[in-house]
Amino acid sequence: MAGSGTAHLRPAGSALLRVEGLVVEFSAARRRTVHAVSNISFDILEGETLGLVGESGCGKSTTGKAVIQVPRPTAGSVSLDGVELTSLRGSRLRQIRPQLQMIFQDPISSLNPRRKVADIVAEPLRIWRTADADQEAAKVEEVLVAVGVDPDAARDRRPHEFSGGQCQRISIARAVITDPRLIICDEPVSALDVSVQAQILNLLQDMKTRYGLTLVFIAHDLAVVKNVSDRVAVMYLGKICEVGPPDTLFAEPAHPYTEALISAIPHPDPTVPIDSGIRLTGELPSPLDPPSGCRFRTRCPRAQARCSTEEPTARGVGDDHFVACHFPLLEPEE
Amino acid sequence: MSRQRRRKLIEVPSTPHMGQPGAGPLLDVDGVRTSFDTARGRVKAVDGVTFRLERGKTLGIVGESGSGKSVLSRTIMGLLPSTATREGTVRFEGRDISDLSAEGYRDLYGTEMSMVFQDPMTSLNPVLRIGRQITESLRYHLDMDKREANETALALLDAVKIPEPAKRIRSYPHELSGGMRQRVVIAVALACGPKLLFADEPTTALDVTVQAQILDLLAEQQRERFMAMILITHDLGVVAGRADEIAVMYAGRIVEKAPTNVLFSDTRMPYTEALMKAIPKVSQPSHTRLDAIGGRPPDLINPPAGCAFSPRCPYAQERCRAEPPPLSESTRVAGHYFACFYPLGHDRPADTSPVTPEPTSGGAR
Repeated sequence: MAGSGTAHLRPAGSALLRVEGLVVEFSAARRRTVHAVSNISFDILEGETLGLVGESGCGKSTTGKAVIQVPRPTAGSVSLDGVELTSLRGSRLRQIRPQLQMIFQDPISSLNPRRKVADIVAEPLRIWRTADADQEAAKVEEVLVAVGVDPDAARDRRPHEFSGGQCQRISIARAVITDPRLIICDEPVSALDVSVQAQILNLLQDMKTRYGLTLVFIAHDLAVVKNVSDRVAVMYLGKICEVGPPDTLFAEPAHPYTEALISAIPHPDPTVPIDSGIRLTGELPSPLDPPSGCRFRTRCPRAQARCSTEEPTARGVGDDHFVACHFPLLEPEE
Repeated sequence: MSRQRRRKLIEVPSTPHMGQPGAGPLLDVDGVRTSFDTARGRVKAVDGVTFRLERGKTLGIVGESGSGKSVLSRTIMGLLPSTATREGTVRFEGRDISDLSAEGYRDLYGTEMSMVFQDPMTSLNPVLRIGRQITESLRYHLDMDKREANETALALLDAVKIPEPAKRIRSYPHELSGGMRQRVVIAVALACGPKLLFADEPTTALDVTVQAQILDLLAEQQRERFMAMILITHDLGVVAGRADEIAVMYAGRIVEKAPTNVLFSDTRMPYTEALMKAIPKVSQPSHTRLDAIGGRPPDLINPPAGCAFSPRCPYAQERCRAEPPPLSESTRVAGHYFACFYPLGHDRPADTSPVTPEPTSGGAR
């Protein structure tokens, strides 16, 4: 987390998804390695929303993709309801796939422009041949109504005839049609206008209740993450820095990086003074050659000698609140 | 040398209506309309916008995609494609610049006004070293020689807080991160000391931490240079602490304009209120239901009759659907303009209280 550790994991067997020691590396030119995600662990209970936040390049999207095994992680374990996904191959893995769905950032390019909406939404059912034509039509109608798209008007039209917000609704309809257990939402609202963003966030909340979904919500906007999440994990350069319930984490951040992130949020309120005291300086180090010890130490105002030699591990600092830092802002529990 | 050339630009007796430099507003935009002819019909992207900007001040223009905020700034800067039709006048330091030729505008860019765009990768030339991109305008506009231009470029890179400027001046854009590139774009824009800087979504492509750095940098440079700025964004949070005045645009028009504090504390236009309510805020507890604005932005080819926001407005009444409300000044606060027949706030006539209740959550469905 900007170290490792598993103190923040709940008892084995209680979580729907349990990720332990996840490592994702890519090979780069000149035999170098991109350390995209390095030994992170997290779990999600059934019906919970885990928010993954961090700046671009912190590995949050890579983590989401590694969960659905595209691409397969370099090392570590991903277990969905006790089934180890990393060891599944071929048809066994494909059989699990309907339980795992994904919603992407750009709603327009994630829909095939040449196909009709009804075909796009029904595609997952056709792949699985789980429904006959009547059932399929009924199911398509049901999910389209659920996401707030008029099925009769939309069925025979193509994605370009819809606005970004409507396309994102169609993407959500396609994701829920297989009755998935877990949906990975990768920046689902960052391409949308504020007024539409609120509609989609409310819709995701409704779909979660209606279909009993568990969500991984990846975003860089902290206010959005705070709004949707039951638990938030802050990532920095392939590591998890801090995990906790959103209200606690935002009120009392324990990791210096979380504090800096929160202080950078622009407030839509001119009476809130601009807090430029805790600005991060410098650049995100290269994931080709991450710093030793704590990866955040090169930009951390509290860094000391120990931070460069020893990697911090997760420690509890409060109720369900964990931080990986040698010198956290809150007193650690022993 | 540079002074002479700049003074020449101001004093050139090309237009008879030229005002005194230093007197009157820096920028005076009057009744600007911009439309585009498309296969479906005429799109009225900007539909009658009037405002003034004083020297050294910041105007925030806020609106969603398609509200016309970027087309407005391009109209002022003379950067419209040839398919556009424009009306109205734009005065810069009292001089009418609405009918300038491309060459005429070129003399304004850099020394009088310049622009920072959203995407720092595409606004820099990928095959030129960044030093060259800064010195280009210095040499063209200010007639500097190579050495002088290089020294100025180094000072500029230092001013925008690029570490090791002497080394970075020889870098290509792809060798820099997004935040660094945006700093270079700002250095290019500031090079010739413009009096007005347009920043069109300058931080939208950047991370929050970098966004905060870039906004701090813009504010600092603006103070030092006594430069006016038009900050265009879709994010009310970005302008809240940074602009002196905010104009909210909807469907090509300014629907509310006020000093920043007044806009937030005494919101009159229902659209502005709806926009503020729709934003998730870190100060709210998690799982707070957001007040989404129902419906979607209007089609600018066939805009609704009357107020363009009326189909989505919880307070709309018959009159709103029949005639467009004019942008008029508040009787309570000078300088607070809004375009609404039934504005929010205390002096709402008793007989015109909303028929529909407060906007409820999930109005989208």
